[in-house]
Amino acid sequence: MFNFHYRLERNAIGFVLAIIVVASIGGFIEIAPLFTIDETVEKAPDMRVYTPLEVAGRNIYIREGCYACHSQMIRTLRDEVERYGPYSLAVESKYDHPMLWGSKRTGPDLARVGGKYSNDWMTAHLNNPRDVVPESNMPAYRWLLRNQLKTDDLGEHLAALRAVGVPYTDDMIANAPKDALGQASPDTDLAAGVTERYGDNTDVSLFDGKQGEVTEMDALVAYLQVLGHLTDVAHTTPQNEVE
Amino acid sequence: MISQLTRSERILAAFTFLTLICFGVAMAAAGRDDLIGTHGWVIALGGMAGVIALLRAYDAPEPSPSRLSEYYDDPSKVGIILTLVWGVIGMLVGVWVAALLAWPELTIDAAWAGFGRLRPVHTSGVIFGFGGNALIATSLHVLQRTTRARLPDQFSPWFVLFGYNLFCVLAASGYLMGITQSKEYAEPEWYADIWLVVVWVVYFSIYIRTLMRRKEPHIYVANWYYMAFILVVALLHIINNLAVPVSLGHAKSYSLFSGVQDAMTQWWYGHNAVAFFLTAGFLGMMYYYLPKRAGRPIYSYRTSIISFWGITFMYMWAGSHHLHYTALPHWVQSLGMAFSVVLLVPSWASAGNALLTLNGAWHKVRDDAVLRFMMLAAIFYGLATFEGSFMAIRAVNSLSHYTDWTIGHVHAGALGWVAMITYGSLYALTPWLWKRPALYSPKLVEWHFWLALSGTIVYVFAMWNSGVVQGLMWRTYNDSGTLNYTFVDSLVAMHPYYIARAFGGLLFLIGAVIALYNIVMTIRSPVPVASESASDVPLGWQPAATIAQAGE
Repeated sequence: MFNFHYRLERNAIGFVLAIIVVASIGGFIEIAPLFTIDETVEKAPDMRVYTPLEVAGRNIYIREGCYACHSQMIRTLRDEVERYGPYSLAVESKYDHPMLWGSKRTGPDLARVGGKYSNDWMTAHLNNPRDVVPESNMPAYRWLLRNQLKTDDLGEHLAALRAVGVPYTDDMIANAPKDALGQASPDTDLAAGVTERYGDNTDVSLFDGKQGEVTEMDALVAYLQVLGHLTDVAHTTPQNEVE
Repeated sequence: MISQLTRSERILAAFTFLTLICFGVAMAAAGRDDLIGTHGWVIALGGMAGVIALLRAYDAPEPSPSRLSEYYDDPSKVGIILTLVWGVIGMLVGVWVAALLAWPELTIDAAWAGFGRLRPVHTSGVIFGFGGNALIATSLHVLQRTTRARLPDQFSPWFVLFGYNLFCVLAASGYLMGITQSKEYAEPEWYADIWLVVVWVVYFSIYIRTLMRRKEPHIYVANWYYMAFILVVALLHIINNLAVPVSLGHAKSYSLFSGVQDAMTQWWYGHNAVAFFLTAGFLGMMYYYLPKRAGRPIYSYRTSIISFWGITFMYMWAGSHHLHYTALPHWVQSLGMAFSVVLLVPSWASAGNALLTLNGAWHKVRDDAVLRFMMLAAIFYGLATFEGSFMAIRAVNSLSHYTDWTIGHVHAGALGWVAMITYGSLYALTPWLWKRPALYSPKLVEWHFWLALSGTIVYVFAMWNSGVVQGLMWRTYNDSGTLNYTFVDSLVAMHPYYIARAFGGLLFLIGAVIALYNIVMTIRSPVPVASESASDVPLGWQPAATIAQAGE
């Protein structure tokens, strides 16, 4: 064996190829089957896609680095299930490009935060967390209420998401900017199109409490309020892996 | 540096700069409504700076053929300065964000100053800015000395060094503007990722071309590690960053994979960025500078073979230990745990090999803070890899995951291993490259050593404590069978540890500033007469008489 190596280390190209082969094995065996084994991702026929406003909110969540302190992955541990809700299933992040499972909880898990707090609370909390939770060390995101949401290119965003596998229809893509405005403007004509395209359970609200304008706060709150609610599958399947 | 280029290399440089300007302006035009436009101008400015440098030295005579009888170290010299500067920037931002966790009001009402945008500036600044530049600078030096061949040309090393730093600038400025993919340690967007691939291909070509021209029959072990670093990082980087941009005028892209497949790919990347960027590359550094400084040969050649292939093979399986108890299938979690535990064998073999190399030179460790940096690095490498294997065990991970323990573990490796071996190597390398008899101040190296060690210990102990306390509070039940603490209770308990952590980081930062000062002063100190070392030249260009005594 050492004699073989003695020869190998005299051959630069051979050494390069050996490194590539030896290093490729582990990743190949662990990753490739995840695309081919059917049980890897559960079935969830009721699952809906993110609305354009929620996509925009998700992009703000990424932009501000929220994922660095908040996970979106409830593990199969008893205390986590009791604290945060049913443990996360793979299918629930099926449309998440990229996934935001996170790796650190400086703040709590957000996988099922949707619906736990009112829109008013969410807005106040994001604007300055210490107004509602005095002990919090979360940063204040005051600019979200000041910034108007950029909606004109959301159709292109949805089209790119369709290219990577999210089933958006032509209708959804064509109406993306209008739907983004409509979801945050419940009393306007645009609102009806949102529930028509994304389902009656879609939350159409004045998320940031401000009439007449759609801010980045609207988008982020809309996204946070849908977390855990794209599908009910985690609530309807038995949770038998809890340790 | 332009005057060192030959006529044909100057033409190649002009072509490269003009291409860069064209791409930059095209990006600026296509992305005039998007943040990518700003980055287009940054790239174009980079190209223009190159053109100006080229024009200013346009009339300079061609370098003389006698240059081929010397190693080409100027890119390494600039790389050393860049390493130290990025180190100070990255650690300064680190201390700042650590302080924000303890005192969140200590900031201004501006998006760029938010914790979430500054944090990746810290991580990328230290990993890619500090670590990456250190690897490029030292690898080019080690490569030439261990092959006894000069770099193949004068342009490509500069392209790699400045191209890589352009990537670092795009990354850091992008985070501040809000450009990020959110993939941990792979945050830069698609166009920066493509640029890094171009730089990396050239980097690899320098390596392979120099190896093909080597005068030594065997490829030295340090080069195995540097090669593994270059090759595997390319593999990881390309696969993990596969994405579809919204358009050519948008910085934003959507990753090709989603959900569980994306998570596994991300942590296959993430863990092996640690393995091949922060471990393999720096092991290459250790395998050259530690024996050189100690004046002892590597303790065991066979151990280095076993540990090299063990690390190269097994690390690539270990990423899934970041996803214990998640929606990742159980079989992948188990594989990741098993390989992570076995990984301790090659890791400790490397650490042990380094420490045993010091046998017979322990008096030097006592007297020489530079060598002591390297010894401490090997010890921390052993500690951090033991802790890593331990934390990869599912039951341990159920407590440690999501807590500050992970942060403590990372910093035991990053401060204790990566930064210590880097500072040790750069302190050794600087007088050699600049032909100075010694560093400006050995006393400042002592100061740096003790600041770095105490800073690391304060930091790591603070995070161990906070992590374990946090993990235990989250799972504590009271007598009535319900959870005893709210999340906010655990957050309040973290406050003293967050202050201690910021203090530990501050000590380490002061050390980094001292290192920058000491090395700059060394460079500015006067050159002694008759400094040329007869043996420090490529083989094949020396007068026949000197070959016999060349003993590198």
